[in-house]
This record gives sequence, C-alpha cells and structure tokens, in this order.
Amino acid sequence: MTDSAHHGPVTATAPRARAPGFWHNLAFWGLLPSWLLMGVALLLPILIIAAVSVATRGAYGGFEWGFDLSGYRQILFNEGWTGELEFTPQYLVIILRTLALAGVTTLICLAVAVPVAYHIACQPPRLKAALVYLITLPFWVSMILRVYAWMIILGRDGPLPRFLEFFGAHAGLSFMYNDGATLAAMVYTYMPLMVLPVFASIEKLDGTLIEAAHDLYGNRWVTLRRVILPLTAPGLISGAILVFVPSLGAVLEPSLMGGGKQMMMGSLIQLQFSGGRNWPFGAAIAMTLLVFVMIVLLLIARRATAKESTA
Amino acid sequence: MNQKAVEVIGVSKNFGSYQALKSISFDIRSNEFFTMLGPSGCGKTTLLRMLAGFESPDTGSILLNGREVVEIPPHKRRVNTVFQSYALFPHMTLEQNVAFGLENLGWQRSRIRSRVGEMLERVHMSQFATRKPAQLSGGQRQRVALARALAPEPEVLLLDEPLSALDLKLRQAMRDELRMLQRDTGITFVFVTHDQEEALDMSDRIAVLGGGEVQQIGTPTEIYEEPVNRFVADFVGETNFLPVEVLEAAGGMATVRTPFGQLIRVSAPAGVTKGAATLSVRPEKINLGDQAPATAFPAQVVNKNYMGGYTHYLLSANGTEFRASRRNASREGDTIPVGGTIAAGFAETSARVLLA
Repeated sequence: MTDSAHHGPVTATAPRARAPGFWHNLAFWGLLPSWLLMGVALLLPILIIAAVSVATRGAYGGFEWGFDLSGYRQILFNEGWTGELEFTPQYLVIILRTLALAGVTTLICLAVAVPVAYHIACQPPRLKAALVYLITLPFWVSMILRVYAWMIILGRDGPLPRFLEFFGAHAGLSFMYNDGATLAAMVYTYMPLMVLPVFASIEKLDGTLIEAAHDLYGNRWVTLRRVILPLTAPGLISGAILVFVPSLGAVLEPSLMGGGKQMMMGSLIQLQFSGGRNWPFGAAIAMTLLVFVMIVLLLIARRATAKESTA
Repeated sequence: MNQKAVEVIGVSKNFGSYQALKSISFDIRSNEFFTMLGPSGCGKTTLLRMLAGFESPDTGSILLNGREVVEIPPHKRRVNTVFQSYALFPHMTLEQNVAFGLENLGWQRSRIRSRVGEMLERVHMSQFATRKPAQLSGGQRQRVALARALAPEPEVLLLDEPLSALDLKLRQAMRDELRMLQRDTGITFVFVTHDQEEALDMSDRIAVLGGGEVQQIGTPTEIYEEPVNRFVADFVGETNFLPVEVLEAAGGMATVRTPFGQLIRVSAPAGVTKGAATLSVRPEKINLGDQAPATAFPAQVVNKNYMGGYTHYLLSANGTEFRASRRNASREGDTIPVGGTIAAGFAETSARVLLA
C-alpha cells in the first residue's frame, strides 16, 4: 500500500488484508481436504509399510514393533545356525528377473503402441474417437477374467494351438506356464496404458513438421528419428512409466500364466504376507521395489527438467 | 534467362467430387519471381504442394528443369518450401534447423557450419543462432524459415503465403527483403498468395488462378492494366464494371457506347464481338472537376469516404453508379460536397472492354 492511496478515508481493513489471521487463511482451509486425502491415502500406508519393514518378525506370524534390519538383510544374506551371514542370490535373482520382465514388457508395448497410435492419429475425427474408445474397452472387464481368457487362448486345445495344428503343428500343443505366456499376458494387460499417452502426443504433433523434414531431404528413417521421436518423447516416457511401474508389481500374470514356477517380486511380497508369514521381510521387499521405482522416476524427472531449462 | 525451371502440363486434381484443378498448363522461367495469385479454394496451394511433392496430380505431368518429377518423393526433389506456419523444428536451435537439410544431403561438417553461418547472417539472425524457435517473434521465425529453405540451394523455392501471419508493417519490410533475397540468390521463387498487393509488388510474373483454372498470366502491369476477363479485373485491384454496347470491334480495339452517352474507342481482348459487353475502368483513372478530360460528363456525388491521402467518391450519372478516387494533392483537396454535381471523365486509354 503506497502513501498516495491514503488520500481517501483511512480504513482499518488494510492491515488486516495484509496479515490475515489463521482462521481467515482461505488457501489453507481450501487445500486442507486434498492434503488430508493425500496424507491418509498415500503417505500413511507407505509409512506403515516402512515401519513394518524394520519391525521384528512375530513368533506366530505377524510382527512386533521395533527396529530390526533383518528384513532387508534377508534379501541378500541368509543367516546360518551360528549367526554367520551367507550370501544367497535367490532373492536377487527374483528382483533382476522382475526388472527384466518389466523392461521387456515396456519395450514390446512401445514397439507395438507407436504404430498403433500413429495409425489412430491419422484417422478422421469420428473414427479416431471410436478407436480410442475401443482401446479403453478392456478396462471394463475384470483383469482376472481377461487373464483367464488368455489361458484359454494359449492353453491346450485353445484357439492358437488349434490354429497351428491346422498348419501341421503336432497335436496337444500348449503355450501355457512359461515366461513367454507371462509376457504375453502382461503386454496385453498394460498395452492401453502405453497406447493412450503415445496417441495423445502423436496427435499433438504438427503434420507440417513431418512435411518440412521430408522437404529438407529427410527420408522416413531420418524423419522418424530426428523429428517424430524427439517431439513425441514426453508421451513415450509417460507411457513407459505407466507400463513399467505396474509391471514390477504384477502378481496375477506370473502366477496364472507362468504357473507360479518363476517367482516374481509381486508374488514374493504376497507370499510373505500370506503363506510365508514374514511381514517384515515382505515389507522390506516392497520398500526395495518402491526405491527402484522412485529412482527411475527421479532420473526421468531430472532429465525432463534439464531439457526444459535449455529449451 | 528464359530457360524453364518448372513446366506444368495438363495437371488436374480432384478431391472427391470437387475439381480443385482443371487441366492446368503453364511454365515458370528460371530465376524469376513467379506468383500464383487467387482466392482461397482456387487451387494455388494444391499446385504448390504438387511442386513440393506432397500431393500428386490425377493427370498431367510436372517437369523441374526438364525432368519429370511426379513420381519422385519430396525428399529427392531439389525444391524447398517456406511453410505458412514456418514449420520450424521446435526442439532444435536455429543453427540445427538450418543445418537439417544440409546434413541430409550429406554435406561435410565444416561446409555445413560455414553455410549455416552465412545463411543466418544473410537474414540478420546470427546473434540468435543457439536459440530455439519458441524464443523468437513471428518475423524472426519467418526469416529463419527462409534461411533454412535457401541453405541447400534449391532449384526452386516454394513460398506458401509466408507473410500472412505477420502484422502489416513487418509484412511490408519482408516484401522488400524477399525480393532482395531472390535477386541476390538468383533462385526461382514460386510464391503463393491471395493478397493482390503483395503479388503486384514483388512478382516478375503473376498467374491469376480462379475456379481451378489459370485465368491470366502476365507481368504485374499487364495483369492490372490489361485484365483479360471480369474475374481478373475484379480480383486484382478495384474497378468499375460499366455496361456498354460494342458497336464495332477489330484489331484489339473496339468502339463502344457508354451508359453516359459517349462513343469511345478503347482496347479490347481478342474475341470481343458486337453487342452488350462490360467496360472496366479503375476508380483512380476517373478524373474529377478541373482534372476531367474534354469527354467529361456531369455526375452527382452520392457518398464520399475521406481517407487522408485519398478521397473515395461514389458517383451517379444517367442512373449508373460508379466509384472514383482522387488524390488530395493540396490542403484544399477534398472540397466536393455530397449531393453536389461535378464533372467526371476518363481517358480512352484507361478503359478496357472485357470478355463476358
């Protein structure tokens, strides 16, 4: 408030407007519900899991509050009879296998989603809307039902083996209960999560930029690599995050399609909380998974902001 | 000089049932500033996109320096385009934008660097070389788009209404700059616009397109002073269409009776015959008051618009309304009142009989 503003009748509201009392801070009260929701729904469960991960395993399952890092230690080391630590890679293998499966799922989804999204983006508006709707359609059916449908498709006497038998494959073929089947179901399940953001970024792409690239002697490959991919990168990255993150925690596909033969992190965690009755260990694996995801997201976020500041 | 840079031969194009181009043929000479002028939907942009290779004709052929190009994809044609929206790559710096075409042509790195520097210098954008397009104004982007398209030394430069997104003052400056670039580089420019003033100002030759056909090709003066038909006379500049009767026509001249009762001899395109016809007289060629010629007739001032430098009059004589404009050469220039009567007339050489 400047001096020139005081030529009228002096009011008492000016100082109050400058320093509102606690009860008049509308921004605080307006945002409170969302802070509460985030705290209760997001932060609290993670804090509980973090607390459990450092708790002590109960004698009859469950846990007792405390501070004990044996849950984390168990990921890499086995404790012998005399208390000596022995390196055991069995859980590390599970973690690496899970990372590999999630990575491959993400790459296949990318490779399939880019041409699909490009094709949809090139359609006339009404057909485009219809195709986007079809992409989201699987979400309307329960995921477990869709995985069972895949078991039928790939399983003995299913449509795919039958189809191949028609072309001379031997009878009684089954593609079930291996990593390939797990991968197929995971790619299928997470594909829409990749197609939608990729479609959104391709649709925003200015078509004259592609024409300009061709006009400046760029062939299809150069145009894809130097113009289309860099400009759609945000969509590709968010699609990759949306597929990679849930793939890390997938439980249903490995246990149903893979027959539970190959343990994954998701199944491992579930096992510790149910049959294994080792909650601290399960929570420790969950926290490890969370840290992996956070590292990936932070790296991507830092790259994105670094790019923005040079733009 | 009179070598043909582009030959368009019998080109037609349909979009569904809409005939965008109806068997068009014309040549563009090497090193000329050639403008395709016409209203929206006349087919000029379609034609330009065919030269670039983004569209292909249904029938006919297009030759670039004598070579058939209809089957050749855009990235293999030595033709570059300045797009209406500029189409600069937003993720690349200006340098990278200008270098893009050169890299694809396989130029050596050192040669690319010097060429990019030279082109940015030429369009006065050197100090922004490492910026990105989003940090530039419209006029600056325009100049970078020009530098990018000119850098690979194309055989023909295509310009798709490049000035339409700029504000008035900038547009005027860019016209001069474009014209100068064309003279300096000696590259054939093919310019598309719906702005007749731009076309008259910059072009060596203009093709007026309308309804998917070439209406007239000629120098700016030919197009303005000797329009062949009503469409061209109407689209390029302002004019009065006076209903006249042709009494006799031969050898490019005709004797006509004007609605004001005069008998005058005026120029006429081939094909004008006896009977009813249209006479085109530009408003600025109708002289008023003491400037009127001997053949002048009295006319009533119906309305007038004072524009500062000029005053536009709506006049009426013998029941026919027409427009005239007069330059306000002195402080007392605009003294004719609405409702008053004034002598009006035009030189026989300023009028022209039109086909249909």
